[in-house]
Amino acid sequence: MKFILRMAWRDSRASRRRLLLFSLSVVLGIAALVAIGSLGANLERAIDDQARGLLGADLIVTGRNAPGPEVEAHALALGAQLAKEKSFSSMALFPTAQNATRLVNVRALEGGFPFFGDFVTVPADAPAKFRAGGDVAILEETLLRQYRVQVGDTVKLGETRFTVIGSLQKLPGESSALAATVAPRALIPMDRLEATGLAERNVLVRHRLMLKLPETLDPLAVENEMRRKFRAERLGFDTVAERKRDLGRVLDNISGFLSLVGFVALFLGGIGIASAIHVYIRQKITTVAVLRCLGASAWQSFAVYLVQGFALGLFGAVCGAVLGVGVQAGLPNLFKDMLPFDVEFAIAWPAVARGMGAGLVICLLFTLLPLLAVRKVSPLVAIRSAFAENVGAGRDPWRIAVGLFIVAAVYGFAIWQTTRLRDGVGFASALLVSFLLLAALAKAVTWAARRWFPKQLPYVVRQGVANLYRPNNRTVLLLVSLGLGTFLMLTLFLTRTTLLREIEFTNGGGRPNLLFFDIQDDQIDGLKAASAAAGAPIIVHAPIITMRIAALKGRKVDDILRDQRGGAPAPAQGGPDAEAEDRKGPGGGQARLPGWTLRREYRSTYRGKLESSERVVRGEFVGQVAAGEAVVPISVEEGIFRDMGLQLGDEIEWDIQGVPMRTKVTSVRAVEWRRLEPNFFVVFPEGVLEGAPKFHVAAVRARDSEHSASVQRAIVEAFPSVTAIDLSLVLQTVDGIFTKVAFVIQFMALFTVLTGVIVLAGAVMTGRFQRIRETVLLRTLGATQRQLVQIQLVEYLILGFLAAFVGCLLSVGGNYLLAKYVFRITPSVSILLLAAGGLAVCAVTVVTGFLSGRGITNHPPLEILRQET
Amino acid sequence: MLKVQRLTKTYATAAGPLTVLNEVSFELGRGASLAIVGPSGSGKTTLLGLCAGLDRPSTGDVVLAGESIGEMSEDARARVRNAHVGFVFQNFQLVPTLTALENVLVPVELRGEGGPAAEAEAEALLGRVGLGERTDHYPIQLSGGEQQRVALARAFMNRPKILFCDEPTGNLDGATAQAMVELIFGLNHERGTTLVLVTHDPELARKCGRILRFKSGAVVADELTG
Ligand SMILES: Nc1ncnc2c1ncn2[C@@H]1O[C@H](COP(=O)(O)OP(=O)(O)O)[C@@H](O)[C@H]1O
Ligand SMILES: [Mg+2]
Repeated sequence: MKFILRMAWRDSRASRRRLLLFSLSVVLGIAALVAIGSLGANLERAIDDQARGLLGADLIVTGRNAPGPEVEAHALALGAQLAKEKSFSSMALFPTAQNATRLVNVRALEGGFPFFGDFVTVPADAPAKFRAGGDVAILEETLLRQYRVQVGDTVKLGETRFTVIGSLQKLPGESSALAATVAPRALIPMDRLEATGLAERNVLVRHRLMLKLPETLDPLAVENEMRRKFRAERLGFDTVAERKRDLGRVLDNISGFLSLVGFVALFLGGIGIASAIHVYIRQKITTVAVLRCLGASAWQSFAVYLVQGFALGLFGAVCGAVLGVGVQAGLPNLFKDMLPFDVEFAIAWPAVARGMGAGLVICLLFTLLPLLAVRKVSPLVAIRSAFAENVGAGRDPWRIAVGLFIVAAVYGFAIWQTTRLRDGVGFASALLVSFLLLAALAKAVTWAARRWFPKQLPYVVRQGVANLYRPNNRTVLLLVSLGLGTFLMLTLFLTRTTLLREIEFTNGGGRPNLLFFDIQDDQIDGLKAASAAAGAPIIVHAPIITMRIAALKGRKVDDILRDQRGGAPAPAQGGPDAEAEDRKGPGGGQARLPGWTLRREYRSTYRGKLESSERVVRGEFVGQVAAGEAVVPISVEEGIFRDMGLQLGDEIEWDIQGVPMRTKVTSVRAVEWRRLEPNFFVVFPEGVLEGAPKFHVAAVRARDSEHSASVQRAIVEAFPSVTAIDLSLVLQTVDGIFTKVAFVIQFMALFTVLTGVIVLAGAVMTGRFQRIRETVLLRTLGATQRQLVQIQLVEYLILGFLAAFVGCLLSVGGNYLLAKYVFRITPSVSILLLAAGGLAVCAVTVVTGFLSGRGITNHPPLEILRQET
Repeated sequence: MLKVQRLTKTYATAAGPLTVLNEVSFELGRGASLAIVGPSGSGKTTLLGLCAGLDRPSTGDVVLAGESIGEMSEDARARVRNAHVGFVFQNFQLVPTLTALENVLVPVELRGEGGPAAEAEAEALLGRVGLGERTDHYPIQLSGGEQQRVALARAFMNRPKILFCDEPTGNLDGATAQAMVELIFGLNHERGTTLVLVTHDPELARKCGRILRFKSGAVVADELTG
């Protein structure tokens, strides 16, 4: 053992710098894993610490209708403290900003919410003033900024002018970036709500009852009991534990995905190491043979190099861990705006250990692959070096085993990180298939270069092409590492384009981009006139009637739901909420229906003919029926048709605000939801619903954002309860979020690309050691510097171009799969992006090739001829 | 000391089996010296490799220091080599990353017997071959003759019972070769080592007690020198 360590140390002498360079190729991969793992652990801890503050209460009861007095009585009997909230969307008008209007989320509050967590405002005394009551409002900070509103200015909500007493910085409860930008919050005291006149006109009020429970009560137990007791009320429940679980799941997904990006870097680095060690070992074969002549066993000589490989991995792992921790210290800043809580930086040692462990394992496995050949070196090589070439040939069961182990490790890691079998297998398979494809391509290139050798071309071209297939060529290594790098990087870029195109499409020529909601029946004609007068006539409008399903195929919904619940096992302690439970799919004997399809409130419309955003896929659409038709033919959207297990001709009985109506499914529609036009799950024919209580949505197209603002102002002034959504605003927000997410992803992908460059540089360096002899020989035979450079140029251009080309093709495939199976949208490809990416890869290849190959041409020949004895 | 019995080595080549050694037999006592001579390609190196246990014979056997090594596994032969055999190659074959001293130390360190005593002995051996001042130099800092002397010191480091030399002076000029020859025979004499030597040099051959003449893989003459 002592011999092995000593020999390993001494033998590495001349090549330590080179070995350290090899280990650089895994550093970035390990750094990425460590950074993400450690960040994940920090986030988890932050969630644990701040979970109660995230919700602001122990239990929150939500409903479309105000929870009945018996719900409140029940809570009070438990000894709970209560707070209430009503929230809905409405337009706010800012007199100090030329009457600009803006969709906001009005929240009328009463009671001591939040019970936990911070209610942060500027100035800090706003919450106290707010609780003292009066016509005061606290507005989300973005609103103050956007309309230059000062504390003390007024904002008009409905009929009331409120004095702005502060900007909202932080309040427990949801604050997704999207919600906050589309409809920023505006808090008003509950007792001032009525005077605004908004609540009774607004159909979509959400009621929340916030509970602070005595310490002795378990919120989940309370939730389960209330669920049972008030089933008829159709209430939703939210507890800290659930909030935590949901957040945890989201974070798991994100960090899992980012880990995969990091893993790719590690994998690439592993390939780099394998090929570097391969070259390294070739140079060591005579040394090994001499050791064997002197009596070293196969194991001893193998162990000498295994120790070097291990040390190299360890060095890489330590550097990676240090770098990863450094990177992680900066990551929370990137995430800051996306997270509903604060993250403190702390080193998570288990995550560091996991990252290092994964790095070491990959490094060792990839080192073993070429290293195993050492065992096969015959001592005869020492006396007859001509036969050194045979080393590593032949099938070695150990090599196959190590290869299989690598494949298993890749699959295992991918499945572990994605936590979903399908995604993990998909990812690992994509990686392997690309790897195999590139390796096969490389083989084909070497074969083709030899087969169709360009005999008539100039000397330097012939030399460059010959370099592709000569012994010790780097064709396979460079094509695989460059190709994989290109593939991954471009896939990320393409996916971004695909997602953005998807959104832009909805804003395309002539399509509506401004949507008005909550239009009362008696306002629609006035609104038509007003918007036409403002230069934006209504393009589409639809009446909306809210309804619930009373019976499905002759069975009462309540019965179906009760049976489904009865058949299922009793919810475990901390059991999932009813919705999640229902979504789990089949349980017990018969197929279960997703509960939400039965319980939800349907907002349906009636139409005489279909809109351009929908088409019939089965059955026949009926546009008109005579009033008083006993069974009304309806059209159902295909997704919900499938979820509810419907057949054409099935009967559904609706409860339309107290009035029953029998219907029959006569057609199924495919709907392009992505278009910002009023679309519906269920469409009724004209002739039966005209008399039902209803409201309307209408869509117009504004020329630009200025026009959009003036149209909104005109409408909201005339109809204060009507709300508007500006598509361009949604676009901006989504793009903003995506830019941030993309930045994080690209930041991680950068690790992969840099790894690719390092691997490339390493390959060129090792190549330099191999080629130095031949270069020197060429020089002694009279080759000029220029010719030598040109030979390299030809080789790298061919390799760079092929890698870029195949990488581009693979990324188009990757983008297609991601769009189709993960995002479920139409993939789009930007030729320009592909061309730019491809060119960049070519350029990077050639430049790296030059920079790291430079030294090769300015060594005095004598020195080298002597060195290589 | 060394007993070679009907040794045959056949290589499978693309053009069919190639018999490089054909039923070679001879025996060599303790402390004796043997020169193997013959034209290039006649199988001398092959024979030497088989005797030293670097390769396996196709048929026949080699008994080295009382152990039959023909059927041994590679690792068992490695142990025998380390215990009994010294080797000097035509092209020196020093480990390029080790200093002269470290190169000499390899055989004992392989046995886990390194240490100050071993180092002192290695230094003494290097002194003996005239390189006492060059112990910390790397192979590329040494001339061919110096490298070969380090190789010789290394060969004697594990106190071998038998020393194999494959054209030890083949890559050296006249004067250097002469000094090398003197060292080989001097050390051989001092330590009572058995010596097997492949050479083209008739003068060198004549210094051995016995000469085996080789042609096309077979012994054509076996003569004792005065
Ligand atoms: N592994 C091998 N495969 C095929 N032929 C071999 C092999 N090793 C040696 N030979 C052949 O055996 C013959 C004897 O080689 P060698 O023992 O090196 O001769 P010498 O040392 O006498 O010059 C040569 O013709 C050589 O080509
Ligand atoms: Mg020979």
